[in-house]
Parts: sequence; structure tokens; C-alpha cells
Amino acid sequence: MTTQHITLTVNGEARDADVEPRLLLVHLLRDVFGLTGTHIGCDTSNCGACTIHVNGQSAKSCTMLAVQADGAEVRTIEGMVAGTELHPLQQAFWDQHGLQCGFCTPGMIMQAAWLLDQNPQPSEAEIRAGISGNLCRCTGYVNIVKAIQQAAGELQASASAPAAAGEAVAAEA
Amino acid sequence: MPRMTIRTPPGRTLTPVAPRRTETDPLVLQPGTIAPGRARPAAPLRREGPAKLTGEAKYADDLVFPGAWYGATIRSTDAHARFDGIDLDPALDWSAIAVVTAADIPGENIVSLVSDDQPVLVPVGGEIQHQAEPLVLLAAADRETLRHARRGVTIRSTPLSPVFDPRLSDHVFAHFDIASGDLERGFAEADLVIEGEYRVGHQEQLYIENNAMIAVPREDGGVAVHGSLQCPYYIHKALKRALRLTDEQARVVQAETGGGFGGKEEYPSIIALHAALLARKTGKPVRMIYDRHEDLSATTKRHPAIVSHRTGVKADGTLVAQEIDVVMDGGAYCTLTPVVLSRGAIHAGGPYRCPNVRIRARATRTNTPPNGAFRGFGAPQVEFAAEVQIGRIADALGMSPLDIRRRNLYRVGDETPTGQVLRESVAAEEVLERAAEAAEFEGVRTRTERARARRAGSGSVPGSPLRTGADRTASGIGLALAWHGAGFTGSGEVKLASVASVELGADGRIRVLTASTEMGQGTKTIFPQLVAAELGVAVDDVDIAPQDTALVPDSGPTVASRTAMVVGGLLIKAARRLREVVEERNGGRPFADVHRADAAAHGPTRIDQQFEPYPHVHFDDETYRGDAYPAFGWAACVVSVSVDLDSGEVTVRDVVAADDVGRVIHPVLAEGQVEGGTLQAIGYATIEEIKLRDGRYLNDRLATYIIPTSLDAPRITTLLVEAPFSGAPHGAKGVGELPMDVGAPAVVAAIRDATGVWIHELPASPERILAALGVTAEPPGQAPAADTVRAALDEPIEAGTDPRPDAPTDPQPMRGPRDPGEPS
Repeated sequence: MTTQHITLTVNGEARDADVEPRLLLVHLLRDVFGLTGTHIGCDTSNCGACTIHVNGQSAKSCTMLAVQADGAEVRTIEGMVAGTELHPLQQAFWDQHGLQCGFCTPGMIMQAAWLLDQNPQPSEAEIRAGISGNLCRCTGYVNIVKAIQQAAGELQASASAPAAAGEAVAAEA
Repeated sequence: MPRMTIRTPPGRTLTPVAPRRTETDPLVLQPGTIAPGRARPAAPLRREGPAKLTGEAKYADDLVFPGAWYGATIRSTDAHARFDGIDLDPALDWSAIAVVTAADIPGENIVSLVSDDQPVLVPVGGEIQHQAEPLVLLAAADRETLRHARRGVTIRSTPLSPVFDPRLSDHVFAHFDIASGDLERGFAEADLVIEGEYRVGHQEQLYIENNAMIAVPREDGGVAVHGSLQCPYYIHKALKRALRLTDEQARVVQAETGGGFGGKEEYPSIIALHAALLARKTGKPVRMIYDRHEDLSATTKRHPAIVSHRTGVKADGTLVAQEIDVVMDGGAYCTLTPVVLSRGAIHAGGPYRCPNVRIRARATRTNTPPNGAFRGFGAPQVEFAAEVQIGRIADALGMSPLDIRRRNLYRVGDETPTGQVLRESVAAEEVLERAAEAAEFEGVRTRTERARARRAGSGSVPGSPLRTGADRTASGIGLALAWHGAGFTGSGEVKLASVASVELGADGRIRVLTASTEMGQGTKTIFPQLVAAELGVAVDDVDIAPQDTALVPDSGPTVASRTAMVVGGLLIKAARRLREVVEERNGGRPFADVHRADAAAHGPTRIDQQFEPYPHVHFDDETYRGDAYPAFGWAACVVSVSVDLDSGEVTVRDVVAADDVGRVIHPVLAEGQVEGGTLQAIGYATIEEIKLRDGRYLNDRLATYIIPTSLDAPRITTLLVEAPFSGAPHGAKGVGELPMDVGAPAVVAAIRDATGVWIHELPASPERILAALGVTAEPPGQAPAADTVRAALDEPIEAGTDPRPDAPTDPQPMRGPRDPGEPS
């Protein structure tokens, strides 16, 4: 089987691999790079457990070939932590009990992160629509929605904080 | 002091319970107290949360074993056949592939469970009983070789005639007959007799992580199995029997588990056996990771059932006679069917007092993949039937759904059909009133009834029953009430004799040792909470030992909503003894002050606590009389739906769930159980259905077996009611299964309120709703006449086909490894 050489950035780190053209992106991440936080829950791209970001876009990594990610910037759940600090979404899922078995959680968080990137202040209906491609069997989605609402609030507050500080300075001047 | 929040249902002020006496209050309420909406004392965050949130948690397929091979299962494609042999494609190089057949099994060719009927692999010359039956195992060093090898195996078989209708099967896995009072006299006293037949189909647990097992050969000739599982000691026993291993040679370790819901109760045993046989053959670790297609096609589902009711009532709505027949489809092998059926039979009448009852239940074999454990365990099937029946009785009498339940629901002192007197912890009325009030049931129902009356008559499209505009959508509200026996049925817990341990380590840390698994429900969070409260230490001072049979005692399976109630109770008792021992050694000073010094001075101290029978709880397995459960949980659910009268599509908008789970240990986790269980019940009610042809599941992928998404999920308001159970030191009763029993009948009652028609078969799909409305013909596969079922039930059962009560098998799930009766 012929292989193809690909280079990509994964969680900010330059990576490369020789892959068969048919290799799925999720298998590259899990089996070759050892990033097992991205999960596989189905064979039909219904469950969303494998959701990651490719060039800032949310994608189900079981429906992409590794070669399609050649040159791309990929972010997985492992790239959400800053040092030892949980991402506001991770913290919010923990605070609000937005996880039980945890298997859908990485994909759910990646999808939620993309959603908040697109729409920083989503309504409850927009949150529900935004995560409807990610299945959870444990929670009834109640606490997942609460977690995303909490994170939206915190991200919003931290985004406006520097601006508010700037205004304060301006007012003083 | 932790911040206290009082939970109250909308629009109602509650009296909070008295504040806890001290920080170390061991969570004891006076028995008999109902303390609704109690305070939430410090509810810790999920113990394993950070690992799961960052991708660090290792589920089975995330584990790396260098040099591991990949395993695969070659299954039958016949529903019923004789297995004549296999042919291996001579063009392939088989030297790089391991092939395992039944001939390679060193011990008994049995998947050990209730009955010894299921082979690990069908032997050549043996009978294939279902379409997904494992026949041959393969392993190879890489996936590609394995893929080629799979295609190189040809199965030879001679078809036999299959049985698909459970009523026509003459192979009975179990039957129960429960009677109280005088049925004939009851019907003679009745002013009205109502009959009904109700059907439910398969339901898939649909944990998001598929089944997965990895077997690693041990130097001592044994095997260690790591996997996604609920019950380490079930697998331990199965390995010992089929591979002829000692207690030490068989080791089972739970990996992080991505949901179970019963689907990882008994099925993982066969996967572990397959992986272990391949590991034995190759001398290498072997990964047996199911994909969703294999998981859906081959693993156990909820038992389909046909339930017939004949009920006698007085004009005022009082129940005077219940005659109930239950037939469950066990699938091809016994699995846990007798235990599922037993729970189904005991719960069949619903949470209602009735002096004259006869319940007959049987489960038979069909040539379909075996059915097994799923949250609710026989109760959701029969309680759907019981609740629709009571709703139809209310309609017939012109009573409100609330009033007929108020008249008949169980209260303290009432007697159940098995003769159990409900002495305490009965909250049927409390949950019903709370849910109805919070959802404004009566008021909403008055409005929906008026709207239905306005719509009566033909459709708004001339010459057709179709409707347009606002007339097209009908709103409805429905309620249901359920009970769920807490813990194992009958004398199950006594036979299990579970052990749980608490250890003060030499390092001064406290360790909990149990075989109870975390699969999302919160075991690892509540156990430290209970032990810390008893010892007066911080939650973070308590560790949890891994669920590894080499390290932890057999505290029984993680099933039957028993973990918080039974194993949690054992841990509290163990912690209490540990505290006493340590305090006595240290001149009576508090454990929290002295335990580190004590550990340094005396080394580790471990307390093993074995289950002791609950006082005053007696059950006779032979006659099926007595206390079927130490206590019951109670649940009421009010559901609001809208129904598209042209398409038959149902939207579940709002749910209010009131659940009495005894003393609540962790309110947020308990609510999470209610929310998740409620949505599973809504899926069961509306969209989840397995279609079969010739004994094969047709929709065996996640693209075609659909479950509710975030858009299908309603708003869910949970009200926790607490009627503590005095037999458990903390008063807890179990929460996991209760919400699964009550959701589906509430949805169907709401559809009735919206449309005026009762749906007798789940799921209440658009096809069934339109057929009931008379818009279309009955969909295929509709129920046959009730007398067919009754005729089947009246047939005598041949001796020897039912393992209970004389056969050597046992209707209770397996016992621990110390079972004296087992082969060594």
C-alpha cells in the first residue's frame, strides 16, 4: 500500500506522518499520535464523539481522511487545557455536572467551543441546535446546556474585561 | 459552612428539613420522615471529572498494550441452523492468523450466568440459535490482515426452522404465577370490566462507548482482562469456568466505562471470553473492540413484551380485580431473563392496591439475539401497560387521571400481590401530588380538553381528515405513576452476601474498596462522600481503589439501582467500625484528629463489611410470597406534548418528574439520573424501535436506530422526594431505574389528551398514531387478539424447560466467587 507524507499542526505542535490515503483522521489522531481523548462512538458520523476543530471549523474526524488534514491546523480536546488550567468550557462542564460517563464529553466540548466561537451569546434554543449532532445518552442534555451557558457567560466576561479596563483608564484620563 | 440552597418546586414553598446537627452528621433521617426538597449540603464535583474533561481518562480502546493483536468474531447468518463446519480460503496465508473454535476452549463451553445454556462458541455439529451467534474467532497483528482473514472464512450450516413469535415458542425460560385474594369474587363485585392488550418492542441501551475488552496473557497461565463493564465478578466467574482458571489466574480490571444502562451487565462476559481465548492462542494481548454496527447487531436489548390486562372496578374507580398476563421474548438464550421476568411480574399491577389479583408471566426462547438487562429490568414494559390500562379505566368512568390514581395508590399498610405489607417509605401520593401541582396538571388539562372538543369532527381540509393551520397541532398533558423495587428481587441480596471494605492506609489516607463500577452514575463521587461523612474527614482524604478483582472484594454487580443503597450502606457500616476501632485505640479522641498518628503507629487497618439481611424482610423463592423488595422507590411524571395531526409526529415539550429515592446523597447527581432516565424513557415512548426480519435487526446502525438529540429533549424539572428506608444506614433507596418506568406511559397519556386516542404499542410512532386516528390503515405487525396470548399462557409448561424452582439453576443473578456450590 502506498503512503502519503502529510504535515499538520496538532494543538499548536508541528506533526508529520506517512499515512495510507484511506486512513481516517480520527485513527491518525488516536493510533498514530496517541491522542485518545477523541473518541469513536459510531461508524456513521451520527454520534459526534470524534468532534475536533480543523482550521477553526468543527469537524467529525471519523468522516475525514487524514490526508485531507494535510497542512491543516487541528485542535483536539487535549489542546483545550492551558497549562494546568481547565478551559472555561471544561470547568463549566465540571461545575454544572454536564458529564456523566464522559464518553461524549470531549466531542461535546469541542462542538460547544466552536458554537461559542460563532455565536458568543447563544440562546438556549441556539445551544440545543448547535449541539444536536452530538449524542449524549446519560444526561438528558439538561446540565450540558447549563454548562455551555455558564461558559458563554464567563468567556463573554473575560473578553470584555480588558475593554472595560481600557474604558476605566480612558475615563481617568 | 457550605452554602445551603433549598430546592423547591415552582410555585410552592416548602419547609426545609432541620439543618444537619454537625458537619459529620452520618446522613441519618428519622425513619418514616418524608423530607421533600431538602437542602443540598456540599455536593462535591464529579471525582473523575478532570480526567474525562481533558481526554486523559482511559476507556478500553484508549489503553495501549505493546504487541497487541486485533480480534474479530465470525458470526452466524442463520437464525436457526446446524453448524456443519468452517472452510478457510486456501489462497490466504493462515500462519499469520489465529483461528479459535469451540475445540480450543479448555474448560466448560458456557457463558456462566443464570442458566448454563449459552455457549462461548457454537461447536461444529451444534445448533446455531440466532443470526449473530459467535462461531469462530480470529486474531491478527494488524487490522488489515484481520480484514482479509474475515473474508476468508466460510461457514457451512444446515438451516433449521426458526421461531420468532414468543407466544408460539415451547421453550420456556421462566414462568411466574402470583395470586392474591379471590379473582372471581373480585370480578363479580365489579361494576365495570375493562380489557386491554399492550405491546413493547426491543430497546437498545445505546451507551455511547461500544463494548470493548482487551485480554492480556499472564505468566501463570491465566489472563487479565481490561474492559468496559459493570460487573467485574461476573466476568471473573465466567473466565474461571470456561478457561479453567483459579481465582488468582483470572483478573478483571474495569477501564473507564462510557455508559452501561444494563448493556454492560452480562454481555461483556462473552467478549472477555473471546478475547481471552485468542490471547491464550496467540500468547499476546488481544483487543476485542466492537464497532457500533457489531454492538447493535449482536448485543442484548430490552425484552419485548406482550401484556394483557383484565381489570374489574367499582363505579367510584376502586380496583377490585386485576388479571394480568405477561409474555416476554427472551431471545435465543436465557441470560438474565428469569430475573427480568420476575421483576416484571411483581410490578405488573402498577403502584395500586387491589385485593384480588392474578399475574401470570412467562418468558420464552425465540431465534433472535438474546435480550438482557436494561435500566428498569422488566418493569418499564409492564408499567407502561398498567398505566395505559388505568388511564383507559379513568376515561371509561369519566374520572380524572389524577383522581383514579389518588383512589387506588399504595399507602403505608397496604399489601402487594406477593403479600408484602408496605410498612414504611411509601411516597406514591407525595410524588403524584407534587408532580401534578408543579405541572399545573388539572388546569392545563381543562384547557387541552376544551381544545380537543373544539377540534372534534372532520378535518379542515374538505373531504379528508387532514387539517391545516392552527388546527393541525394538538397539545396534550399526561401523567403516570410508577413504583420500582429497590435492590435485588427476593432473597437476591442475601445470596450475594456482598462485601465492601474501608481501609486506613499506613500513609493515613482512607481507601474505599468495592467492586462497584463507575459508568457515569457517580459511584466514585458518592462513596467518598458517605465514608467521609461517617469518619468526619474531608471528602478529598478518601480514595477509591481501582475496580480490579485482584484488589477489591466482591461487592456484587453494579445493577438494580443497588450501589448507593446496598453497597453505600455497607461502606457506612465499615467506616463506622473503623472509626470505633481507631477512636478506642486513641482514648476516645475523634477519628479525624487521630487517624494519621494512628496509621503511623499501628500500620494499616482494614474493615470488611459483609451484607446482613434487612430485619423483617422475608421472601420465599418457592412460593413467591413475601417481601419482594426491602423497599420501593416511587415516581410520578407529567408530560406535555404537541402532536401534528397530519404527520403523527410527537414533540415532547415539558416534563415534570417527581421521584422518591429515599434519602438523597448527592442531589445534583440524583437529578442527573432522573434527567437521563427520563429522556431514555421518552426515546422508548416515541422513536426507539428495532425492526426485525427473519430474526435479524434491520436498523443496526446509529444512522437507523435513532435516539433523542438535544433538539428532541424537553425541558425537565426534577423534584426529589425523600421517604427514607430505615434498613439502610443512610436511608437511600436507589435512583437509577425509577425514571425509566414512568416516562413512556406519561407520554402516551399526553398523546391521548391531545388526540383522543390511546396508543397500545410502543413506540408511539407517527404510523401508529395516524392509524389510531383512522387516517391510515393499521401498520403491519399489529397486535393479535388478546385471546391468543391467554391461550398460550393456559398451555401447560413442559417439565424441565423452566429453570425455576427445581432445576439446579437459580433465578437470581450470580453469586460471588466464594459461592461454595461452584466448580473450582
